[in-house]
Amino acid sequence: MAEFLNRWRTGLAKTSKAAFGRLADVFGATEITAETWDDLETLLVQADLGVETTTDVIRSLQRLTRSLGLIRTAELRSHLRQELRARLDAPVLPVWDVSPAIILLVGVNGSGKTTTVAKLAHRFRGEGKRVLLGAADTFRAAAVDQLQVWADRLQVPLVAGQQDADPGAVAYNAVQAGLARGVDIVLIDTAGRLHTRYNLMEELKKVYRVVGKALPGAPHAVWLVLDATTGQNALQQARQFKEAVGVTGVILAKLDSSARGGMVFAIQRELGLPILFAGLGEQPEDLAPFDPEAFVDGILADFEA
Amino acid sequence: MFETLTGRLNQVFNGLLRRGKLSAADVDAAMREVRLALLEADVHFSVVKDFVARVRERAIGAEVSKALNPGQQVIKIVHEELIGVLGDPAPLNLSGPKPRVILLVGLQGSGKTTAAGKLARLLRSKGERVLLVAGDPYRPAAVQQLQTLGAQLDVPVVADASLKPPDLTARAYSQAEKGGYTVMIVDTAGRSQLDQELMDELRAITRKVKPVDTLLVVDAMIGQEALRVAEGFRDAVQISGLILSKMDGDARGGAAISIRAVTGVPIKFLGTGEKLDALETYDPSRLASRILGMGDVIGLIEKAEAAFDAQTAQKQTERLLKGEFSLEDWLEQMRQMRKMGPLSQMLEMLPGQFGQAARSADPREMEQNLKRVEAIICSMTLQERRNPDILNASRRRRIARGSGTDVQDVNRLIKQFREAQRLFKTLKKTGGRGLSRLFG
Ligand SMILES: Nc1nc2c(ncn2[C@@H]2O[C@H](COP(=O)(O)OP(=O)(O)OP(=O)(O)O)[C@@H](O)[C@H]2O)c(=O)[nH]1
Ligand SMILES: Nc1nc2c(ncn2[C@@H]2O[C@H](COP(=O)(O)OP(=O)(O)OP(=O)(O)O)[C@@H](O)[C@H]2O)c(=O)[nH]1
Ligand SMILES: [Mg+2]
Ligand SMILES: [Mg+2]
Repeated sequence: MAEFLNRWRTGLAKTSKAAFGRLADVFGATEITAETWDDLETLLVQADLGVETTTDVIRSLQRLTRSLGLIRTAELRSHLRQELRARLDAPVLPVWDVSPAIILLVGVNGSGKTTTVAKLAHRFRGEGKRVLLGAADTFRAAAVDQLQVWADRLQVPLVAGQQDADPGAVAYNAVQAGLARGVDIVLIDTAGRLHTRYNLMEELKKVYRVVGKALPGAPHAVWLVLDATTGQNALQQARQFKEAVGVTGVILAKLDSSARGGMVFAIQRELGLPILFAGLGEQPEDLAPFDPEAFVDGILADFEA
Repeated sequence: MFETLTGRLNQVFNGLLRRGKLSAADVDAAMREVRLALLEADVHFSVVKDFVARVRERAIGAEVSKALNPGQQVIKIVHEELIGVLGDPAPLNLSGPKPRVILLVGLQGSGKTTAAGKLARLLRSKGERVLLVAGDPYRPAAVQQLQTLGAQLDVPVVADASLKPPDLTARAYSQAEKGGYTVMIVDTAGRSQLDQELMDELRAITRKVKPVDTLLVVDAMIGQEALRVAEGFRDAVQISGLILSKMDGDARGGAAISIRAVTGVPIKFLGTGEKLDALETYDPSRLASRILGMGDVIGLIEKAEAAFDAQTAQKQTERLLKGEFSLEDWLEQMRQMRKMGPLSQMLEMLPGQFGQAARSADPREMEQNLKRVEAIICSMTLQERRNPDILNASRRRRIARGSGTDVQDVNRLIKQFREAQRLFKTLKKTGGRGLSRLFG
């Protein structure tokens, strides 16, 4: 855990280099003025929290300021941190008493699904679990090769089909192979698809159903991989994927970029989806359980200067 | 989500008369809504701030066009300014000695490799001899991905995992020269603008092959970071154009505004699907509407504006309200309306209470009525149009024959016209109630 935290913080260190200078003053020893609230708004909107969440956070802070009689901006800081922190649940990472547990990875194009499959495989392997991968992206050029490279490097078995094969059939075979080999976890990679594309969402529903036919009760988890650089569209993505295939958790990839990933607040609030992991790089070890404290620190990084 | 801005602005301007100038207070109220709309579209905070300040300046004191209500007037100004910021679409730069190098750069997963395939397809169809270069030796199977696309298109792909991308690119360039290729498209690995080492690698590539076009490929779904990303890539290499990918989703694409604001480079293409033919040139007006989240409303506003001759409209409105207008004016009015397109759409454009009254009528029936009325008036002489009192029975028969209608239709029209004259005289007081009767 400590190691994960460490990695998280080095990831964030890169981020804070891009800090906006002026904002560092917000929590200096000055009085709370209208400008303080403007600066706060700037900060939160720029972290992709969206207008609604931002307004909500600021309103609550303003109420607090009045009721507690806060005067100095420095006093605001800890309240802001709490305010943000309170809006995120610490993830409860699922454990399964079934074997194999089937996990379906879904998301829009290029969000980081395939890489996340590799990272999860690496993580579960590290926990002493036996893992099998299913390459159900039969559409994108060399998507299978991509996962095959990871499978080889991580030395985990992979089940794939032909290019343009039915992804449901590949998923089915992967579950069957997982059962036959007695693995603990089957991770199924799916093709990227925009949540607005009807046919592709129907295809994904079918994959979901087929997995359930191969093993009643499966999939045991459906994880949506979100790109942390995504803006306000993220909520829509989460909503649509949840509706289509009952997403059970979110993985926030590319949080090592300069983006803050603030749209997860709205996703948590409106859809009640837990944020489970954060992707912090392109290597298998660059995955950490989502740490709300570190995440909020990242958003406030500009203040720490 | 769609049309929320229009809706909100109409609320802001509810009760405001449609004529006159926009006051500072009106504009400020409207600007709050515009600001929200742009932030929701992921336009960067600071860019929104500057933009809104500029629009505010222009909007205050702006004359409200006779064809529009104040909300529409504000949207029109915002829309025009957005179009200005978005700029004109630009083609690929294919100038200079052959082979010309096109370099694709961007964040991880933004759509570079797919864009390389799409551009190769496009250029080949224009008769260019294209060579693809697989400049991403890092991501697993990135090279195979480009090779697969190349094979689909029958375009050769240069790859060598043992070479660093700048060296590979240089070698590919001499191959292209020897092989008589006219364009060379270089795919690169996704990278963060904060990654100094990889940004240096891009610089090294541009030093070796001097691209005629360095295109930043950006995911349309990107949020506030678009600004920093664009700044970072701009500072490292000379960006000369933008490709906005994944526009087939429902992201508003406000990042385009941010990126334009910091780089000033033109938007060259939109990616609208995974397939290689899903590459479109971009239309600033459509993108501006999308960013504002308002579908076709802008189109309608433009139609109204184009169809409406402001001067005539004003004169007519004045005479209309005094009850001084003639059948000729009426015909002119109807033609103006018909120029604007289907009546049902147009009714939405009528301001406030007028719009409400008119919306309650059946648009199809009204449309037919309008056509009939137009035909009847057209069959009248100028004198008859100006002075309907001279319309005796034989004149009415002639008009009915000429317009393919019945005498009853002509009679009804004249009766309606008289009624309308009376109605308009009291319109100011009644606030538009009864307008639908005019058409029925
Ligand atoms: N910096 C960084 N890059 C990441 C992370 N996760 C994925 N990537 C990169 O993002 C790009 C896309 O990742 P993929 O795993 O291929 O994404 P995908 O969702 O499988 O993409 P499609 O299957 O094409 O929809 C690759 O270049 C990855 O290396 C992350 O956490 N941080
Ligand atoms: N729907 C849609 N998908 C797109 C579009 N452009 C690219 N994609 C998809 O987005 C994903 C990523 O595209 P790539 O071309 O691999 O992106 P990249 O920038 O080369 O990614 P890295 O090399 O990993 O950094 C793939 O699944 C593509 O099929 C587009 O315009 N629309
Ligand atoms: Mg993938
Ligand atoms: Mg690529």
